[in-house]
Amino acid sequence: MIRVVDVHKSFGGQQVLRGVNLDFTTGKITTIVGTSGCGKTVLLKHLNALLLPDRGEVLVDNVDITKLRRKELYEMRGRFGVLFQGAALLDSMTIFDNIAFPLREKTQMNESQIHKKVEERLDQVGLEGMGYKYPAELSGGMKKRAGLARALIMDPEIVLFDEPTTGLDPVLATGIHQLIARTQETFGFTGVVVSHTIPQVFEISDYVAILANGVIEEISPTEEFQTSQNPVVQQFIRGEIEGPIQAL
Amino acid sequence: MLSLLTHIGRFTLRQLTEMGKMFLFLLSALILAFRPPAKLRLIIHHIKTIGVDSLSVVLLSGFFTGMVMGFQGYYSLRKFNAESWLGSAAALGLVRELGPVLSAFMVTGRTGSAMAAELGTMRATEQIDALYSMAINPIKYLVSPRIIASLLAMPMLTAIFDVVGIYGAYLVGVGLLGVSSGSYFSGMESSVVFNDVYSGFMKSLSFGLIITWVCCYKGFHAPPMATGVSQATTESVVLSFVMILVWDYFLTSVML
Repeated sequence: MIRVVDVHKSFGGQQVLRGVNLDFTTGKITTIVGTSGCGKTVLLKHLNALLLPDRGEVLVDNVDITKLRRKELYEMRGRFGVLFQGAALLDSMTIFDNIAFPLREKTQMNESQIHKKVEERLDQVGLEGMGYKYPAELSGGMKKRAGLARALIMDPEIVLFDEPTTGLDPVLATGIHQLIARTQETFGFTGVVVSHTIPQVFEISDYVAILANGVIEEISPTEEFQTSQNPVVQQFIRGEIEGPIQAL
Repeated sequence: MLSLLTHIGRFTLRQLTEMGKMFLFLLSALILAFRPPAKLRLIIHHIKTIGVDSLSVVLLSGFFTGMVMGFQGYYSLRKFNAESWLGSAAALGLVRELGPVLSAFMVTGRTGSAMAAELGTMRATEQIDALYSMAINPIKYLVSPRIIASLLAMPMLTAIFDVVGIYGAYLVGVGLLGVSSGSYFSGMESSVVFNDVYSGFMKSLSFGLIITWVCCYKGFHAPPMATGVSQATTESVVLSFVMILVWDYFLTSVML
């Protein structure tokens, strides 16, 4: 169970998060939506302590990860998988080596076991036979799929998806969404997706939360969220400039 | 007046904070360098990028530096009828001073800037965040192997610079200006002692550490944007040059 309690964060005097409170249900996908630049990625990076809050707590199984020692923090991070916005593949390595990287660094598996597991993940994300390529040789969608394979290679309990479909065409975006839903069914991880691709992202979400003006304005099951009368939700779904969200 | 003092105070505090961060970064990289498992493959890879890839520029600059020393040394020594000491002057100048400093400059320009740019790009494209999120310490993975590699490669590059430089001075002094070959080498043999070589070795070792430390630090903490990477690259080169010269002064004064 991940719980965010009264998290504040500012950068150089600019207040991005102004007291975020949010619970993520175990084994379900929760999507955080919001306008570009509203702090979704900042909030996501607090969940595995890539960023630390100025104030507030981030609890994973009731342990405040913002106060962990370095060794405990690294152990806790081992429970997470992350798909970054630009996939963040190590560009000096092939796709195979990128996916094998956490196994080689963090486990005692031998090369044949690693080979088998990596090939399995490559198959699951539809990149069979592409392991020899370098990230620069892949399209945006393929990079995201490779990033997803790497995020899943350690069988994480929690997977964070930072804008998984940004920059992709609608067809590819749907493909990535389906891939996220399929892998979540297979592995049963707790998923946290940050996105502004609505309504497509609703199809894979169990819960949707909206971040606006530095706070979570609403979190509810997807069906309820879509029919919510909350003016913030209404403005975001309709894409209106006028309203409680300060868009410009 | 108060505003000026405030500015000076803020600037001083900022610089002290930055120096503290740099020192902690180095300390962390050094501690992690000696903590198992050793990243042997990475160290060998970086020895290639720092050592082998810088070899051509070190050879070229060493050779021409030696030839210039041949001309300048001959011109100066002739005023005292001491041309026969050309070998000694060239060797001492190269081994004690020019070899370590100039080869460090070459490595900074050739490899240090590339280190800063590579790490800066990794920061901008979230590759460093990806390492953190995979529970892998990026300092141990990215910085420590580079530090070990530079400690091994720099003295070798400096030795090569020295040898090529001495040969360049020989070509000019003996080949062009008519200094006797025997006196060139015998003067060198009698005046260059172990302490001179040791001094040059210690300088090259510490310059290697400075280059990797400064360039990795600047790249690692580059603002995540294109201008941030270019700024980090420029700063890393300029700061490395300055620190090499300042440290050279201190080492020279201690080891003279």
